[in-house]
Amino acid sequence: MITYFVKRCMAIVPVLVVVSVLAFAFVHLLPGDPARMMAGEDADEATIEMLRKQLGLDQSLPMQYLTYMGHLATGNLGISLRTKLPVFDEIKLRYFPTMYLAIAGMAWSVLIGVLFGAVAAIYNGKWQDHTAMLLSVSGISVPQFWLGLLLIQLFAVHLGWLPVAGYTGKFSELILPAFTLGATVAAIMARFTLSAFLDVLDEEYISTARAKGVTENSVMWKHAFRNALIPVVTMVGLQFGFLLGGSVVVETVFAWPGLGRYMIEAVTVRDYPVLQALLLLYSFHFVFINLLVDMVYALINPEIRYE
Amino acid sequence: MTPKITPIGIFWHKLKRRKIAMIAGAFIIILVLTAIFAPLIAPYDPYETDYSLSMMPPSFHHPAGTDVYGRDILSRIIYGARISLAVGFTSVIIGALAGVTLGLISGFFGGFLDGLIMRTSDVLFAFPGMLLAIAIVAILGPGLVNVVVAVSVFSMPTFARIVRGSTLALKESLYVRAAKSVGAANRRIMFLHILPGTLSGVIVYFTMRIGTSIITAASLSFLGLGAQPPTPEWGAMLAESRDYIGVADHMTIYPGLAIFLTVLFFNLFGDGLRAALDPKTK
Repeated sequence: MITYFVKRCMAIVPVLVVVSVLAFAFVHLLPGDPARMMAGEDADEATIEMLRKQLGLDQSLPMQYLTYMGHLATGNLGISLRTKLPVFDEIKLRYFPTMYLAIAGMAWSVLIGVLFGAVAAIYNGKWQDHTAMLLSVSGISVPQFWLGLLLIQLFAVHLGWLPVAGYTGKFSELILPAFTLGATVAAIMARFTLSAFLDVLDEEYISTARAKGVTENSVMWKHAFRNALIPVVTMVGLQFGFLLGGSVVVETVFAWPGLGRYMIEAVTVRDYPVLQALLLLYSFHFVFINLLVDMVYALINPEIRYE
Repeated sequence: MTPKITPIGIFWHKLKRRKIAMIAGAFIIILVLTAIFAPLIAPYDPYETDYSLSMMPPSFHHPAGTDVYGRDILSRIIYGARISLAVGFTSVIIGALAGVTLGLISGFFGGFLDGLIMRTSDVLFAFPGMLLAIAIVAILGPGLVNVVVAVSVFSMPTFARIVRGSTLALKESLYVRAAKSVGAANRRIMFLHILPGTLSGVIVYFTMRIGTSIITAASLSFLGLGAQPPTPEWGAMLAESRDYIGVADHMTIYPGLAIFLTVLFFNLFGDGLRAALDPKTK
């Protein structure tokens, strides 16, 4: 077990290195001279030269990468071109709202998605199954930004039940964005749970349980459902990446003061140090969450545990 | 008359029995025709402004209403189908061509090339798709062509994995070993003997991917990174509608409905294809 954990941890090291190289290379892939771009259009040659020295752009690329990683280790993510404040502080401000939204979105979508998938499997071929799967294919096909706008239109503008947008710490402000963010993931979880559940129902131990007279309810929930959850766990990690991507759109729609909206602002004003830091942060989160999920998977799946 | 028992015959027979998929397929054909013949079908010029008709609700003359500049929304949606379908198909075709070729090479030759291609796809997977697309647009600059590039790049790794998986299995099959033993060239084996066997997985993913690509492209345009106004693109139209929520609801409802239904039909059709291509289903 411990060997598996260590091996799995080692496997992400090269991925993290390459991801960090890419995020580092990002600024160098941009057309033009980064120093000139950062200094602004009307800067004179001396200022640009000074900035180049200051940013270490006069050194060799590998040297620059090492400096960059060194700064990273001490939490120095550079300075935002727009606000001239440390990127680290800017990100710190917006980190909590994004995680709050992402976790809320993930939580409801996993609960509802798994429940709908299980119901669809238990009532396979009946109206419950068809309804759940119709909802599911709709959830996969709906563009999040449109769903968000429709919800605002109905619940905030016309009915006036919930706030239109923004986040000041009230729970009521979380409901619409979290619902919007989780809708597609809930749909994907439902589909996946259905197929995992149906696979399990084909297993011999289910027939055995039925043959020895275990009640149908007990077969479904105790034998089938618990085993069907094992593959579902891996899906949660993969969907988290989708959720992070979706948060960019949902935060923009709901004027949510998080990292996603910050990223779009950064793209629009070409604030490259911010973009670089966000790319790195998002992909590190994604890689680590998948690592965590793999470990949980190993803990609950005896086939891996005893390998 | 009994249908001929060929793989395509069996596939068609199975697909025909899936009513929802057939309906979805018919809608996709209608949609493609609408896009091609947009100038003949659209009642108005999608760019023609008329401030006296600003934000009119749906009526007989303007079934989907007008936008803030008095442009006919239905005509803009019809022209928008051109953009969304073109972006969806082009980006997935590019992603599929590159991904399938890389997957074939990876599975067939193994070793160093396999390691290189698969690790690269691992890295691409480490960036959530939408964020990767935003990063690419940030480098290349906003615009539809760059959106196509961005969406192609993140479709690629999945195609590569699907094809690599089936290539690994097919490589050991008897007929491929037979072809090898009579001295067929690698290229011939890869493209003539292995590729057709991997296609069923590719076709299903291709169909599903078009829906995802249309949503991603529309999202990027909504965020201001793709199609720019006044282009009649569905996502960009929704971005324009944002300021008039509660004032002109039809501006939000119809362009979004167009995206939703288009993606829904591609997904339903993809589901049908998957079932029809699955040897386990009847």
